[in-house]
Amino acid sequence: MLSIRIENNTPALKVDFRLPMGTLSAIVGPSGSGKTSVLRAVAGLLAPSHSLISFDNDIWTDTETRYFRPCYQRPLGFVTQSFGLFPHLTAAENVGAALTHLPRRERGLEAQRFLELVGIGGLADRRPSELSGGQSQRVAMARALARKPRLLLLDEPFSALDHSTRKRLRVELKRLQDALAMTVLFVTHDLDEAAELSQTMVLLRRGQVVQQGPTRELLRRPSTVEAARLMNFANLAKAEWVDSDSSGITLRWGDVLLKAETGPKSPPEGPIYWTIRTTDVFLVKDGHPDESSLGTILSADVTEIIEMGSSVLVSVIAARGGGELLRLRLRPGALHRHNVSKGSQIRIALNAQSLVLLQS
Amino acid sequence: MDWNAFNLSLQLAAWTLALLLPIGVVTGRWLARTQTLARPWLQAFFALPLVLPPTVVGYYLLIFTGTRSPLGELIMSWFGVSLVFSFPGLVVASILVNLPFAILPVQRAFEVVSSELYDAAACCAMTPWQTFTRVEMPLAWPGVLSAAVLTLGHTLGEFGVVLMVGGNIPGETRTLSIAIFDRVQAFDPLAAGQMAGFLLLISLVTVALGYGVLEKRDQRKRRSA
Repeated sequence: MLSIRIENNTPALKVDFRLPMGTLSAIVGPSGSGKTSVLRAVAGLLAPSHSLISFDNDIWTDTETRYFRPCYQRPLGFVTQSFGLFPHLTAAENVGAALTHLPRRERGLEAQRFLELVGIGGLADRRPSELSGGQSQRVAMARALARKPRLLLLDEPFSALDHSTRKRLRVELKRLQDALAMTVLFVTHDLDEAAELSQTMVLLRRGQVVQQGPTRELLRRPSTVEAARLMNFANLAKAEWVDSDSSGITLRWGDVLLKAETGPKSPPEGPIYWTIRTTDVFLVKDGHPDESSLGTILSADVTEIIEMGSSVLVSVIAARGGGELLRLRLRPGALHRHNVSKGSQIRIALNAQSLVLLQS
Repeated sequence: MDWNAFNLSLQLAAWTLALLLPIGVVTGRWLARTQTLARPWLQAFFALPLVLPPTVVGYYLLIFTGTRSPLGELIMSWFGVSLVFSFPGLVVASILVNLPFAILPVQRAFEVVSSELYDAAACCAMTPWQTFTRVEMPLAWPGVLSAAVLTLGHTLGEFGVVLMVGGNIPGETRTLSIAIFDRVQAFDPLAAGQMAGFLLLISLVTVALGYGVLEKRDQRKRRSA
């Protein structure tokens, strides 16, 4: 278990979370949320005023007992956003710089092996100024892996790369993590990247944890309005709690009663919000044989249609709803099949299983 | 040609370089990395010999290290030497007036080593000493070389402070630049001219060699870029 508890003033941080060993975890948040600072504190490059950081029950930082293990004594590799390659050394020497515990000859062979592992064995003699962004990133990755770290830290490792290189390296990272059974903690502001790579996710905002848990669960069920906003849930609406029974919770949204499978069993203090993913709002075809199985059916007016490559984002206003815009994602072909156009009226279904209730 | 004076100048330059360069590297590196608010004051202090007349530096040295001063008495009782009108005194004076030449180029050179390289070195499990020898020095050595060349050249040609602190004692404090002054005073232009030309040649060769090494490095860098 990687256990991280940090309280600090500058930069402002107050986080407390644990991450499982041998998995790929992501810290996600907007710029300035403190993601990099958390990573630097774990690496021992930042000494927060109060912190307790341990890895596999081995304490690395404990401000209470004034214990601080310097970065160079922590079994980790760190790929920073700017890669931090030593400009006076070749790619192989950069990797070799992490292998100073080996005799010189072995160092060279091992460095070459790791460069080949990341697919740039032929660039061993090049200096950082002769490498592209993607190649530099691979050298930095090879250097971080060379010491066979137990923990690999990656700070926005793909941000400087073009789209295709980024996709390729994501696959490679997954492959390496599987092969080396490392614990990997990476920082990103790209939710898609986190969704694609991580098994566990921590949402960070203004130096505080908004939500954490298994990535799939987090992406499906944000627990707060803030978490839903951070994860770009396009549908967010305010409702009133009506009652709850064994089948779920009933809400009033405008003049419509909505059903959610899970949520607070008693009236919550303050307003309650609900959200649903754009892909979980269904377009109901006329003459559907079993409409009741789809959930609450609403009539809605189409206000906007935005084509986005392989999908179309349709904005609607439900006729008797609370007034908030709802968005659903359709395949381009569905627009023509069901005569969906701006100003037309359609029917949509909100399923109780997909409806997520949020604390404000 | 006063070979004794030349020999003394070389000895003075060698001692100054040997003692001042480590001081310059340590202080320059510290100034490059420190966040202390006193940094502008410290930099100003180290740069003072650049703007002050050497006679002022020499005057204060005479005041503070003279045999009647508390510091002078202390040095005399501990080491049995006086810093006034003696070779050790010349070395101390030379170190003081050369502080800016030894510190400022080194400081600029270490400022180029970015903090992310320090972080990267620590993450490569390099100890602070390994970081210094394997990352910082290879990147900062042009600054250290510049400091060495400037210190050497400046010490060989130093006149004012040497005259103030050391006087003109043959074999003890009469350096080549003092000898030139002495020969001019004695209306011996031939000897003065020989020594001046010799000093000019040595200074030119020293500085040109330094620039040559740096130029070669820059060419290598341009080729690999």
